[in-house]
Amino acid sequence: MSIAEFLSFAFVQRALIAGALIAATTAALGVFLVLKRLSLIGDSLSHVALSGVALGLITKASPVFVAVPVVMGSALLILKIKKHARVYTDGALGIVSALGISAGLIIAALAGGFNADLMSFLFGGILTVSRAELLLAAALAAAAAGIIYIFYNDLTALVFDENFARAAGVDTEKTETILVLISAAAVVVAMKVVGIMLVSAMIIIPPSAALLLAADFKRAVMLACAFSVCAVLLGIYFAFLLNLPAGAVIIIINILILIFCSAVRKYVIKKRTSARID
Amino acid sequence: MNIIEAENLTFAYSSGAAALEDISFRVSKGDFTGVLGPNGSGKTTLIKLILGLLKPQRGEVKLFGCALKDFKEWHKIGYLEQKNTPPSIIPLTAFEAARMGLLSTKKTPKIFNARDNEITAAAMRTAGCYDYKDKLFYELSGGQQQRVLLARALANNPQLIILDEPSTALDSNARGSLFELLRGLNKNGAAVLVITHDIADIGKYVNKFMILDKHLIFHGSKADFCSSPQITKYFGPYTPHLMDHLHDAGGVCPLGGH
Ligand SMILES: Nc1ncnc2c1ncn2[C@@H]1O[C@H](COP(=O)(O)OP(=O)(O)OP(=O)(O)O)[C@@H](O)[C@H]1O
Ligand SMILES: [Mg+2]
Repeated sequence: MSIAEFLSFAFVQRALIAGALIAATTAALGVFLVLKRLSLIGDSLSHVALSGVALGLITKASPVFVAVPVVMGSALLILKIKKHARVYTDGALGIVSALGISAGLIIAALAGGFNADLMSFLFGGILTVSRAELLLAAALAAAAAGIIYIFYNDLTALVFDENFARAAGVDTEKTETILVLISAAAVVVAMKVVGIMLVSAMIIIPPSAALLLAADFKRAVMLACAFSVCAVLLGIYFAFLLNLPAGAVIIIINILILIFCSAVRKYVIKKRTSARID
Repeated sequence: MNIIEAENLTFAYSSGAAALEDISFRVSKGDFTGVLGPNGSGKTTLIKLILGLLKPQRGEVKLFGCALKDFKEWHKIGYLEQKNTPPSIIPLTAFEAARMGLLSTKKTPKIFNARDNEITAAAMRTAGCYDYKDKLFYELSGGQQQRVLLARALANNPQLIILDEPSTALDSNARGSLFELLRGLNKNGAAVLVITHDIADIGKYVNKFMILDKHLIFHGSKADFCSSPQITKYFGPYTPHLMDHLHDAGGVCPLGGH
């Protein structure tokens, strides 16, 4: 099949546009989450999303639209736990994850077991993106872009040096809450692309690759978005072509990009140091 | 007006015993205070209480006459944290790191303009780190990083400068010029509070001393410091040595300690 033929399907167009929007959103937010060591939160929230989706299925409401508030609420809960039980943050996150998964499984069982819908959230269903979901992805991307634009320097200061940021009048608690809430929404929407199992990979891998190469902070954010969008577009194409699960193909491409970046970094650093010795 | 007013500050970390007990003092315009005290005596903790980074269990802090919880004028303050090593994967250039010093002068959305870049460049030249402004912060040496963070602390032309062991990573040239620089800023009206272990370095620049050891052992002018019975008690056999330093530094101690 030619690329033109591939692009002519309406569902493919929706998948590509929604996928690209979500990829850019998770990658840009991921840079801040990874640097603030909050990427584990993305993982926990994706597990909570299962409960939200199951709740949506049992109430016959749209799963994504039910999951968004559920996951955002849990995000606030996690931040509370993190603030009050510093030492036990990891454990608390693990508990929230487990709670999310088990509650989700029980609700799903009550709803009559696993159906195709639930499976599409577990393993991703980018090729079945609805028009409403596409609009949600666009709204989310716009919101994330707005937040990053407005709070760019607050966020940068927060991840670079929290104490200094506070002494410079940055409301770090508010900034972190905004970051985590928009990420919570992004996690739910990204679930549609790669599935619950792989959402945290969308948050962690493209930023990690970008951070290996970037020469300044802005470029790190832009590079992460570029990598992530490429991986999603190529992933959807190859998945369709080879009849493979799109979510998994997307993540594999992301990992290949990461490996490529670390090779480049190794080469560049070698060159730099040898240039210094010369 | 007092620039810092601390009343009966008491603080304990969640883990255990009090780190600071019942600390009260004032810092006013024109003060250049050297804060001394052994490791673990609560110097850094006191700074964090002053800046609201920690909340005291008892007592109150006022900055520029305003209770800390209502204080908004952070652009009046420059702060250098002790041994600050941000996570090493953040791709911030030295310039971007230094420019954060202007964050407190901005309103949301905090977007830097050409003028901010000029101010940052000037601060970096003053701190002697402009040459490597485009290098990644985490690729700099400890002393180079310290200079960048110093540029960041001074970029907003603060009226209160708080430096927590600014000289530890600096070479002796940089150390001298740092203190000269602070003296200039102090002459121009900034209050300076410097934590240091090196009384020999700081002695000739400061006009006040503060000694901390969980309690406030001493706070007063350099002249009173030299004549205070606390000094002998506190520094014990090192007192004569100490006084030598202060004498070398310009003989400001009228009563001496010999
Ligand atoms: N984050 C923390 N958690 C628990 N205890 C702490 C913490 N930071 C400091 N302390 C304790 O509080 C006391 C005062 O520490 P502080 O860092 O204020 O000392 P300092 O005077 O700055 O020492 P130094 O000269 O080594 O910098 C010490 O006993 C220290 O062990
Ligand atoms: Mg200290």
